[in-house]
Amino acid sequence: MAPTVMVSTRKGLFEIGKGRAGWKVRDGHFLADNVTLMLRDRRDGTDYATLNHGHFGIKLHRRDRGRKTWHEIATPAYPPKPDGLVDNDGWGKPVNWSTQLIWSLEAGGPRQKGTLWCGTMPGGLFRSRDRGESWELMESLWRHPDRNKWMGGGADIPGIHSICVDPRDPDTVRVAISCGGVWVTKDGGLTWKQSAHGMRYDQGPVEEAANPDTQDPHMMVQCQGDPSKLWVQHHCGIWRSVDDGVSWTEVKAKPSSFGFGVAVHPRDAGTAWFVPGIKDEKRIPVDGALVVTRTRDGGKTFRSLKKGLPQKHAYDVVFRHGLAVDDSGELLAMGSTTGNVWVSEDQGDSWQHVTGTLPQVYAIRWA
Amino acid sequence: MATVHFTSNLRRHVDCPSVESTGGTVKSVLDGAFASNPRLRHYVLDDQGALRKHMRILIDGQAIFDRHHLSDSVKPGAQVWVMQALSGG
Repeated sequence: MAPTVMVSTRKGLFEIGKGRAGWKVRDGHFLADNVTLMLRDRRDGTDYATLNHGHFGIKLHRRDRGRKTWHEIATPAYPPKPDGLVDNDGWGKPVNWSTQLIWSLEAGGPRQKGTLWCGTMPGGLFRSRDRGESWELMESLWRHPDRNKWMGGGADIPGIHSICVDPRDPDTVRVAISCGGVWVTKDGGLTWKQSAHGMRYDQGPVEEAANPDTQDPHMMVQCQGDPSKLWVQHHCGIWRSVDDGVSWTEVKAKPSSFGFGVAVHPRDAGTAWFVPGIKDEKRIPVDGALVVTRTRDGGKTFRSLKKGLPQKHAYDVVFRHGLAVDDSGELLAMGSTTGNVWVSEDQGDSWQHVTGTLPQVYAIRWA
Repeated sequence: MATVHFTSNLRRHVDCPSVESTGGTVKSVLDGAFASNPRLRHYVLDDQGALRKHMRILIDGQAIFDRHHLSDSVKPGAQVWVMQALSGG
């Protein structure tokens, strides 16, 4: 099947495909509704879309393979909060035990058909074993005492935005949390351990900088063909692990190491892409010139890729799920806060502008 | 018996015409309305059963006080409106 770019936006889910005239927007779903994320489950061809209806809450929809229509399925929901329980986040604010955003959605292992993992705000991780008909909260992580150290970063409340199911063993799952570091289970969710050692948060008290529980990874990815190696675009820079996330080492990119998204080549763990902004307090491209940075040597060097990207008065920000590489490792796509979408067919060397009229882009997936 | 009304904005997502429901409190009246339309519940209430942040319920034109436990009383014949704020561009 020809590769398709699925674009989740503030006002709908859009499909982009390539025809004789190049890459074009082909179809739209949930028009006018806020689609925050979608997943194409490669095991059975099912599509999932997460919607944020604002007043009416978070919803999840499913479309079976080959079907045109979507239908609503169960949304992960929190259990009743025990009466009298004092449960505050790292800011000291009471935690509302209610799903306020689905921030990550991933398929389980290849042989775990129907298993899905779902990360939410305010920090609960859920698993479904029946294609989203029902969900179970990972109580072991939710009731871990260190959860009360987690806090909001850019958002008011903490959330799980990255889920990496290990291709060697689907019972090994890593999640990244803004702000709560990286957590790993090796027993299918029964027990969890912090795994953000080596990251540093350099915008607070020095004595707290290396505390893994308060790190702010913006996005974490794992190389499918070389899975001991992971990348994190962090609030304070870029980190890489070559030992299953046991330890993390910072690398530096120019023109900036600040950003939200990261994509790793599916087989070459040393190759990764980022979309830099100036810095935390100035979230726009450096000098108004949009670039993608790419390393091919595990972060020793970076190249700034700009062919086909706007180099004057570009104020696009690419959110954490807004950059994606396909399974071949050749195709990249990214979408921005200003509704631009670009596709690269040569690993980022050059980019084709597909559209500049979409709503704000939240997430890009290859399907 | 109270009559519960929903807005056109909500009806865009869930088919929910006005419905008659019995009960002495907002909670019991809503439970009656949700009994025949279970998907509607989570559009109006959050995971803890509280009224969603930007939702509002009026009983004969008066806003309810208890948004968490929905304990405000509802008299027979009352008109209950489930409404929401409108925002965004």
